Amino acid sequence: MRVIVNGQDKELPTGTTLGGLMELLKVDPRRVVVEYNREIINRSSWDEHISRELKEGDTLELVQLVGGG
Amino acid sequence: MSDKLIIAGREFTNRLMVGTGKYATMDLMKQSLEAAEAEIVTVAVRRMNLDEPGESLLEHIDLSRYTLLPNTAGAATAEEAIRLARLARAAGLSDLIKLEVIPDPATLLPDVVGTLEAARILIKEGFTVLPYTTDDPIIAAKLEDAGAATVMPLASYIGSGRGFSDPARISLIIERAGVPVVVDAGLGVPSDAAMAMELGASAVLINTAIARAENPPLMAEAMKLGVRAGRMAFKAGRIPKLEQASASSPTGGIVK
Repeated sequence: MRVIVNGQDKELPTGTTLGGLMELLKVDPRRVVVEYNREIINRSSWDEHISRELKEGDTLELVQLVGGG
Repeated sequence: MSDKLIIAGREFTNRLMVGTGKYATMDLMKQSLEAAEAEIVTVAVRRMNLDEPGESLLEHIDLSRYTLLPNTAGAATAEEAIRLARLARAAGLSDLIKLEVIPDPATLLPDVVGTLEAARILIKEGFTVLPYTTDDPIIAAKLEDAGAATVMPLASYIGSGRGFSDPARISLIIERAGVPVVVDAGLGVPSDAAMAMELGASAVLINTAIARAENPPLMAEAMKLGVRAGRMAFKAGRIPKLEQASASSPTGGIVK
């Protein structure tokens, strides 16, 4: 199954969950903001979303605060 | 003497806001924020680099000390700015947003129509909105009417270091504004920062002029002093400009 993370195609095993994807990418979900199919997942409710199964064509954005003016 | 900067009910002492972009190293950024004695620092929202995660900015910013002001840089439309603002707020560190809607990479001038549109929506969603705008007093007033916490007119193009292209227009905005006016963009040297404050600006925001100086922490300190001197001069009340000389020594009792 193919999903798009930060504009990149990722081939994932069917049934991969949101939490599983973060593990696969070695990303600490407390250090990014996750936008899943344009829906922002608030950190306070992350645990409720961890077992959501991803689907073919899903789009995710993992963003963080960086230096800027 | 208390001279607080109040933005949406929050009190600040230092009137120099500092950007965190463009520093050669995180260490130089950290030293510069310290030298500036900044209290409000801007940050941007970007995709994390999945291949090379690198250092996290937040590891280098003491959140007990600095108030984060995330920006919507990178947004060319109101919709994109709103999306970035929501993402920034979801990081859970600030509901302040420096709103920028910038469609033109050559000038980086703000789309003021899009900015106003986005400001209205974000204010409704409970954001404290600090919009980047042109030096147009009409737009500044509209942003204030919409509920913006400050207005942030440019002195000149972002990152240009050109100083003021038209200080009289900034003065007009300051005269008419009921919210703090923060001069943002284009300041190059401490005399520019001092001038902004002498005109009566409530604060200035500087990034490139510090980050790209040969010695950023030293420039940060110089900017801090420029802001302070300008603010003191504004409070002290300047003399009127005269067309002709006015003698400093007594005009009577001259030895003949």
